[in-house]
Amino acid sequence: MDERVIICKKLTKRFGDFVAVDQISFDVGKGEIFGFLGANGAGKTTAIRMLCGLSFPSSGEASVAGFNVFRQQESIKKNIGYMSQKFSLYEDLSIVENIQFFGGVYGVPDKEISSRSNALIQKLGLQSEAKKMVGALPLGWKQKLAFSVAVFHQPKIVFLDEPTAGVDPVARRQFWDMIYEAAASGITIFVTTHYMDEAEYCNRITMMVDGKIAALDTPGRLKQQYSADSMDDVFYQLARKAKRVDD
Amino acid sequence: MMMKYLLQKEFRQLFRDKAILAMMFVMPTVQLIIIPLAMNFDVKNINITVVDLDHSSLSQRLITKIGSSGYFRFINTSASYKEALQSIEKEEADLIMEIPDGFERNLVREGSQKISLSVDAINGTKASLGAGYLTTVMADFNQHVRADLDGHAIADGPVIDVTYSNWFNPSGEYKYYIVPGVLVLLLTMIGGFLSALNIVKEKEAGTMEQINVTPIKKWQFILGKMIPFWIMGMIVFSLGLLVTRLIYGIHPAGSLAVLYLFASVYLVALLGFGLLISTYSDNQLQAMFVAFFFMMIFMLMSGLFTSLESMPRWARTIADLTPITHFIKVVRMIMLKGSSLSDIKTELGYEVIFAILLNTWAIWNYKKTA
Amino acid sequence: MKQLLVFVKKEFYQVFRDRRTLLIMFGLPVAQILLFGFALTSEVKNARIAISDNAVDVNSLQIIQKIRASSNFLVDSDPINPNQINTVLKKGDVKCVVIFPPGFGNDLIHLGNARVQIITDGSDPNTARTLLNYLTAIIADYQKEISTPEVLPYSIITETRMLYNEEGNGSLNFIPGVLALVLMIVCTALTSVAVVRERELGTMEVLLVSPFKPVMVLIAKAIPYLILSLVNFLLILLLCVWVLHVPILGSIVLLFLETILFILACLSFGLLISTITHSQQSALLLSIMGMMIPTLVFTGFLFPLENMPLIFRLISNLIPARWYYLIVKSIMLKGLGFEYVWKETLVLTGMTLVLLIISMKNFKTRLS
Repeated sequence: MDERVIICKKLTKRFGDFVAVDQISFDVGKGEIFGFLGANGAGKTTAIRMLCGLSFPSSGEASVAGFNVFRQQESIKKNIGYMSQKFSLYEDLSIVENIQFFGGVYGVPDKEISSRSNALIQKLGLQSEAKKMVGALPLGWKQKLAFSVAVFHQPKIVFLDEPTAGVDPVARRQFWDMIYEAAASGITIFVTTHYMDEAEYCNRITMMVDGKIAALDTPGRLKQQYSADSMDDVFYQLARKAKRVDD
Repeated sequence: MMMKYLLQKEFRQLFRDKAILAMMFVMPTVQLIIIPLAMNFDVKNINITVVDLDHSSLSQRLITKIGSSGYFRFINTSASYKEALQSIEKEEADLIMEIPDGFERNLVREGSQKISLSVDAINGTKASLGAGYLTTVMADFNQHVRADLDGHAIADGPVIDVTYSNWFNPSGEYKYYIVPGVLVLLLTMIGGFLSALNIVKEKEAGTMEQINVTPIKKWQFILGKMIPFWIMGMIVFSLGLLVTRLIYGIHPAGSLAVLYLFASVYLVALLGFGLLISTYSDNQLQAMFVAFFFMMIFMLMSGLFTSLESMPRWARTIADLTPITHFIKVVRMIMLKGSSLSDIKTELGYEVIFAILLNTWAIWNYKKTA
Repeated sequence: MKQLLVFVKKEFYQVFRDRRTLLIMFGLPVAQILLFGFALTSEVKNARIAISDNAVDVNSLQIIQKIRASSNFLVDSDPINPNQINTVLKKGDVKCVVIFPPGFGNDLIHLGNARVQIITDGSDPNTARTLLNYLTAIIADYQKEISTPEVLPYSIITETRMLYNEEGNGSLNFIPGVLALVLMIVCTALTSVAVVRERELGTMEVLLVSPFKPVMVLIAKAIPYLILSLVNFLLILLLCVWVLHVPILGSIVLLFLETILFILACLSFGLLISTITHSQQSALLLSIMGMMIPTLVFTGFLFPLENMPLIFRLISNLIPARWYYLIVKSIMLKGLGFEYVWKETLVLTGMTLVLLIISMKNFKTRLS
């Protein structure tokens, strides 16, 4: 049995009367690429925020990297990386400066920061832009950079919230190459997306509908189960019964 | 260790922000020049128009006396009160003096006469001063008239001579009063406005969330924000002091060290306030507006432009509950009177309490986890 | 026209959703009016005064009693001796000291002439001068009381009438000023930020690509603030009349129209700012922090314009708030009609047009 790096039992988040995340339970194994699919408004971002220690669960329990999501949030944060839906690197700092900051904050020693930083910039082909302000980069590059910064400190798990939103198909493919590489180096990937074709890239996926987990399995078995040709189709069948409308 | 990276990032961002840098350096100079020059409450020219219905030599004498008294600026004579009123309406005159028909004749015959004065009382100070001066001139004129008509001077009663001196500012110049206050204002803007705006900007941009997900501790983040602005504030304060010295020749009569001590504590209190505002604001507009609201109220109630003691009890209490009031009092005391640490220790105590209270509240409010 | 309404509706929704800003927008003028109406005054009251009485006779005590009875002063219960004067003034709580020399009463009655010395804390010249005036008036009064109470022949009596302000309200001057200040800052800031924010968020492009002229977009942005500011204006008037008991002497309709004109000027100014700034932060810094002091100083309600150096008076002519202040003062406090304010109205109209033209031009240039 591989090590379970994320364990969720009936995790729930309520905002007043509204139940955003309704008793979800699942596990994620080390090195897995775990996809969290669902329509907008289904509760994906809320779930991810609880797992990252950004939001207190209303009930249920969960542990991330072996730490309790209620009481040990700071320890969780030391061991994870996060890429939010909204681009959140510093647009008024350069690429190098952003890397330096986040690397340092996660405790990567200075020498390591500069060597890894150079390697990263080389790999992304951003040598000529290294000193430029991040705000000046086009969207596709921004996303790649954000991901790289999220895994820079080689965390155990990295959480990606809609990382490819608004990016063209070629860039999306390249992005997923980066994800594979990270997974291969032992980082567990937890990714949410509403692009159903990306589900195919994951080891296992769950489908969230109305805050609940409507399905949890590998893409292959789900397609079999629902006699579907594509994940789009699977999603359509499940989501048809959804009550929540995207706002 | 963490602090090093935080501070590195903050300073890099700060120095790249042209708008803020401009504000920090242009504003002190501009404000220190504009406000003291503009703020002058002297009542200089009181414009008077006269309606002379008597046209006698006595009324002429009166008019001449008033014109030469030095208090008034004589702008015209009007044929009637109605005409004179127009001068007031057009803001040309402040005061109408009406000499009735038969003034000279009736004064001799009946022994007394009335002169009517109409004052534009919208500006209360000017009005009462103008009326007061005119009464003085009239009393003097009356003495002479009495002496002429009666043939001999009438003995006055006992006279009290009042001598007076103005300490700490013998020339009574306003700038000594205003400039220290403007210095405080500057510091307040930097500490209050800019810090609040900066933190909310991160909230709006989404980088705040990114920070919340890292192992950066709450106190580290807050300190990382406060230190650069504290340094900036002290620089602006020093710049202000320099400008004050260069342009107005004012330098502190008291200890510079005590002044800086007070300023640094004050700045910490204000930064706490800015931080507090940022925890209650979702976007820059809100933060700015809330900060502006409080700034306006503090400024007006602080004793900067009006006197504190004249405020009713409840207003005075509110004023005492704001950090700025105490600093303005202290900065005047140190700069002009050379007051020492022991003189201001109560106020220093207040500021320390403010600093602790505001910062604690803000830190408690700022949550890494929602 | 219908499309414009759709736009305007969207703008309204956005504005109303931001509760906190709305709160401040209406709270600010209320707070200021209350402050100026009840807390701030150009008079001096409750000034602490210390007495050094080296005579302690009937006369000195009578004078001290008079001072005590005045609401302008708070007499320190403990008299001080001469070498305490410096300490006491330095400490800062006592604003002035009155010194009676030994033998005061004796000199006064038997020699007909005695001396009193007043020392004021000059670090606040305004208060010092005012307190001096009060004290000299009290002493002059006393002097009259103890002189022979004959009726003097050939008396000229002055009868004074206070125009426009019979109650002697010390803050009348401030009200039009507060109105001008609040409308100016709020309108300018909100408009400039509203436009810049759309640009920052990228939704501006969407609006501009739509089949509406850019002018429409800007008008739609301005309308909610125009209406909210008018509501603000009415709120301030209501407060003045009901809470401060300051009546509006002139035509409310005229006042209303002039206010619309002024608001338009401010909105245009806000637009102008939005075309020269690149971020919300700059727009906010410029329109609030940058404009606060100049508006406060150059409108002329806090500090008298006539005392300022020539160059400041010239600069003040460029500030729309200064003209509006005059207009409001004339209409509201003096009850004057349009014949008296047509000049100022013309100036305001001119300013609005100039601001609009410049910002329109800038806006179009930014687009291309």
